[in-house]
Amino acid sequence: MNKLELQKTANEIRKGIVTAVHSAKAGHPGGSLSSADIFTYLYFNEMNIDPENPKKADRDRFVLSKGHVAPALYSTLANRGYFPVEDLKTLRHLGSYLQGHPDMKGIPGVDMSSGSLGQGISAAVGMALSAKLSNEDYRVYTLLGDGELQEGQVWEASMFAGHRKLDNLVVIVDNNGLQIDGNIEDVCSPYPIDEKFKAFNFHVINADAHDFDSLETAFAEAKATKGMPTAIIAKSTKGKNVSFMENQAAWHGTAPNDEQYAIAMEDLKKVGEALCQK
Amino acid sequence: MSEVKKIATRDSYGNALVEAGAKYDNLLVLDADLAAATKTGVFKKAYPDRHIDCGIAECNMVTIGAGLAATGKIPFVSTFAMFAAGRAFEQVRNSVGYPKLNVKIGATHAGISVGEDGASHQCNEDIALMRAIPGMVIINPADDVEARAAVFAAIEHNGPVYLRFGRLATPVINDTPDYKFELGKGVVLKEGKDITIVATGLCVAESLAAAARLEADGISAKVINIHTIKPLDEELIITAAKETGKVVTVEEHSVIGGLGSAVCDCLSENAPTPVMKIGINDVFGESGPAVELIKKYGLDAEGIYSKIKSFS
Repeated sequence: MNKLELQKTANEIRKGIVTAVHSAKAGHPGGSLSSADIFTYLYFNEMNIDPENPKKADRDRFVLSKGHVAPALYSTLANRGYFPVEDLKTLRHLGSYLQGHPDMKGIPGVDMSSGSLGQGISAAVGMALSAKLSNEDYRVYTLLGDGELQEGQVWEASMFAGHRKLDNLVVIVDNNGLQIDGNIEDVCSPYPIDEKFKAFNFHVINADAHDFDSLETAFAEAKATKGMPTAIIAKSTKGKNVSFMENQAAWHGTAPNDEQYAIAMEDLKKVGEALCQK
Repeated sequence: MSEVKKIATRDSYGNALVEAGAKYDNLLVLDADLAAATKTGVFKKAYPDRHIDCGIAECNMVTIGAGLAATGKIPFVSTFAMFAAGRAFEQVRNSVGYPKLNVKIGATHAGISVGEDGASHQCNEDIALMRAIPGMVIINPADDVEARAAVFAAIEHNGPVYLRFGRLATPVINDTPDYKFELGKGVVLKEGKDITIVATGLCVAESLAAAARLEADGISAKVINIHTIKPLDEELIITAAKETGKVVTVEEHSVIGGLGSAVCDCLSENAPTPVMKIGINDVFGESGPAVELIKKYGLDAEGIYSKIKSFS
């Protein structure tokens, strides 16, 4: 996809996120919206995947370590053709396969169950190690929140990945700067994030999470990096493109009511119209 | 009488892994800096490329195991029971149990027979923790023969398995030509009509010795070895309870949540029967030689015998 197509797709994914969370009356829109462009790039340009064959053996793997942004993953998978976009409205409903957090047993395209922070990165490390041990070419991507970096297990996994020189692993940090209790710098600062990953023997790239040129450069650099894993620190805006959600910690885990939903969809409609005029 | 052969089931674990490694190319062994103690060191020597030392980071090790299983490997994650079931409980629950991944947890140094290391390392709660996880299979072998067979049974079962091994060398009681391990099936080792002793792990040999003493006193005790605590062989236990009218459970584990609780859960619903639970009575352990600790906490033949005498 070219840049404009990616932007349009990301906007559709954002609509799916807002619609799913509104329908669920619960969920995590803020971090879903901040990571939507990263998801778009991964699933539409970067990863070797096939929605017709979600379990093909040589596919690239993705683990959503920040499992609470399941709405972003689901909306991406739906827009990519893994399951109907219409199903997003069943998110978190009793009997729906779209569980509140990713469930690999029941959702096509989900490579690992997650939701308890700090564990997804370890599972991704296990997958990357697995590929190395059996000389397979697939790559493994995992998305973490910046607040998630407060979990000690993230650094256990990073120490191991650096030690094992897992250059088929890409750790992406959605650096929106906010967590439930407020600004990550006020709660318990993980900064400097880049220096930390460097100290754990990662190749570190700073990127703009909402600029597809920046993401393209970052992922290309990650792929070209040999002998060490890559960490992409993607600076983002929580609640991106929904006016009243942007940079508001309160929208970490709150669903919009009907009125707010209408405003959010109007915001995204305008973004879409602006893209159509390009 | 010839000397009884004694082997610690942690040694059986290591030896079985070496044997299984030849048969299963995708079998991997993970350790958290304890390969010498968990006895997986022999696997490391035989298959250095398939042994992964994760360093002292058990939570990461268990979840790496989940990632390996999700990509078709059969990982055995090995550490002490305290850290496998205790420290990494939530990783086992959320990254192994919930997605039903094919991870085998090799937990050594279970129970008070850890000995001198003391209460911090004597895990008497692991069975309780693992029982509470939906779909988790729990095997607590009684001796070397059963422990080695359990490793193969765990591999042949597709899904999470918790294997419990001990540090102390214990008598080999299953060394018979027709021995066969069946996952989820209890084994009647001695028939009896007055009382049923349901034992697991190293308490099986002690219970057999206790039953022999009871026999001399005119009490006929049936002895059942439960190597698979979950799923429990309910049919066998219900039948035995109905036959003998009284049940005693014996385990090197807390009386809360372990074999005794599992047996009570089963019987209270299906065949209400008086049950005496012999185990660690809701206390922490302490340092000391393993054999002396087993005696002090009443899990040797003498302790089991006297408790059953008071019950029958």
